[in-house]
Amino acid sequence: MRLAEAWRVAWDALRANRMRSALTMLGVIIGVASVVLLVAIGTGTKQRVEQQVEGLGSNLLLVVPGRLDVGSAPALSPLTLQDVDAVGRVVGDPNRVAVTVASGATVRAGNREDFTTVQGVLETTPTVFAREVARGRYLTGSDVDTGRRVAVLGNSVARVLFPDREAVGQQINVAGVRFRVIGVFTPLGQSLGVDRDDEVHIPVTAAQRLYGTQRVDAIAVKAPDRERIDELGERIVAELNGRHPGTEFSAVTQEQILGVLGDILGILTGVLAAIAGISLLVGGVGVSNIMLVSVRERTREIGLRKAVGARPRDIGVQFLLEAVLLTSVGGLTGMALGVGGALLVAALSPIPAAVTWWSLALAFGVSAAVGIVFGVVPAQRAGRLDPVVALRAE
Amino acid sequence: MSRDPAIEAVEVSRTYELDGVSVPALRGVSLTIGAGDYVALIGPSGSGKSTLMHLLGGLDRPSGGRLVIGGREVGTLSAPELARLRNETIGFVFQAFHLLPRTSAVDNVALPLVYRGVGARQRRERAAAMLGRVGLGHRLHHRPNQLSGGEQQRVAIARALVTDPTVLLADEPTGNLDSTTGAAVLELLERLNVESGVALVMVTHDAEVAARARRRIAMRDGVVVADSADGGADA
Ligand SMILES: Nc1ncnc2c1ncn2[C@@H]1O[C@H](COP(=O)(O)OP(=O)(O)O)[C@@H](O)[C@H]1O
Ligand SMILES: [Mg+2]
Repeated sequence: MRLAEAWRVAWDALRANRMRSALTMLGVIIGVASVVLLVAIGTGTKQRVEQQVEGLGSNLLLVVPGRLDVGSAPALSPLTLQDVDAVGRVVGDPNRVAVTVASGATVRAGNREDFTTVQGVLETTPTVFAREVARGRYLTGSDVDTGRRVAVLGNSVARVLFPDREAVGQQINVAGVRFRVIGVFTPLGQSLGVDRDDEVHIPVTAAQRLYGTQRVDAIAVKAPDRERIDELGERIVAELNGRHPGTEFSAVTQEQILGVLGDILGILTGVLAAIAGISLLVGGVGVSNIMLVSVRERTREIGLRKAVGARPRDIGVQFLLEAVLLTSVGGLTGMALGVGGALLVAALSPIPAAVTWWSLALAFGVSAAVGIVFGVVPAQRAGRLDPVVALRAE
Repeated sequence: MSRDPAIEAVEVSRTYELDGVSVPALRGVSLTIGAGDYVALIGPSGSGKSTLMHLLGGLDRPSGGRLVIGGREVGTLSAPELARLRNETIGFVFQAFHLLPRTSAVDNVALPLVYRGVGARQRRERAAAMLGRVGLGHRLHHRPNQLSGGEQQRVAIARALVTDPTVLLADEPTGNLDSTTGAAVLELLERLNVESGVALVMVTHDAEVAARARRRIAMRDGVVVADSADGGADA
């Protein structure tokens, strides 16, 4: 019953000072709204990245020189097509092995041009990466063996170079060399702001001649068996280490890539959440401040309540509830704004946003906790007021 | 007149510390308030009347001496225990009314019952009945700023009595009222003293008012200089 009275009094006090309460809540509202929104964007981005990494195809093993790590610079590749054959022997099926040697290049058709990524690849790419050709055909083994100057265009490249014509069958010019377009990929869309349809595939042999190199940048393997994928990776790395003593190689699975990407996104989300947390902290200080004002304003009321039998605790709880109510109402408002903002961002921008229940629960819990933490001092001060002095206050 | 005094003070003193200077407001006061007493507390301004009232009501603690309220020694009580003692045995009426603004008369009167743990419905019933006894049965839902000064003080009196205390402490209860309204409030207090047997201790500056009390205690410079209960002459 005393608690019910305390709630009622706290609620009345907030309503009696609507404007002040709203302004005080602002810090908490902004803090909670940004936590909810930023976590939603972080989660949405992570989900999309996961989908896309998984969308590359299943049971993938990427073999690269150097270490796949957050912050480690990519090493210059010593890998050649002979190494690719060797990896094919380790896997037991050369059709499960894909390669890439990639470079940025300007591609021209007539008076139109596009700067894009030109990838030298094997004919196995569609098998390994689950890519589909919308029109025309993909590269064949004989295209690769003979270094034929043929190209498969990503959808955006095709649209830029041939906006009003069928691309298949046309001539294009890659870094000064003429290629014939034999196919156009099915669109993949955007990924993390990168247009995945902005690429051109040509035979790896042709690419090596174009760039004047023997190297391949990376090898991808579609493992025949999910259970032994790690073991296969170790065997491949051992084989490559034998062929290139002194160079380190890594074979990473999608799970590992996801783990690394997850770490990066996790750090990013954490930083954003910390910034939002600072805003909550500032909001909390505002609450503390306004509660001290409230205690001062109502000093005579406190004295009177004590005179008629309120214990220090009754008074303290009353003011603590007022602070908690203030931050909780602010928290709920902030949650509504955060969810609304996330829905808006997801609907109107390419940034994905997924609201999670735990972030809502966390935001509400934190806002209530802010009320407790920052309300304790004013509440204690109110509870300890000397009733005689309080009754005499102006 | 009764065996157990409602309040008993023995050599009670109270010294305020003000910026490192000791201000002795009470310097050894001994008195007892019996059940149902009607006491007028008189004396010049600054003689310690309010200080004594605060002590008698358990709102403050003595610096020295022994103070027993309702059979309980104040010095031994914790803050919550003292709060409970105030709630159960004392009713305060202040010169400045001290009603909660934005709160109806009935809820103002019910306030002490909140801290006694009485349920909302019973609180309202008892508060409404008490307001009826002070002649404000028709003003239950008025707020303080919708009431006259005399009516506000009646609400405060109802609040002081809603818990059925043994002692009603009124510090210049008519000080903020004009003489007619003041006289009516005084009559009300006297009537309640007779009707419900609550002891009434009232600070007053008015010699006529003091003359109507059954007992007069005169103070000067923090000590009792005359107490008619001792058979001494009035100050
Ligand atoms: N909180 C206080 N701090 C310091 N001195 C006080 C305080 N309250 C009262 N006094 C002093 O104690 C003396 C008695 O005050 P009070 O009991 O209010 O007198 P009265 O009610 O008879 O006018 C006065 O000298 C007054 O200045
Ligand atoms: Mg006084």
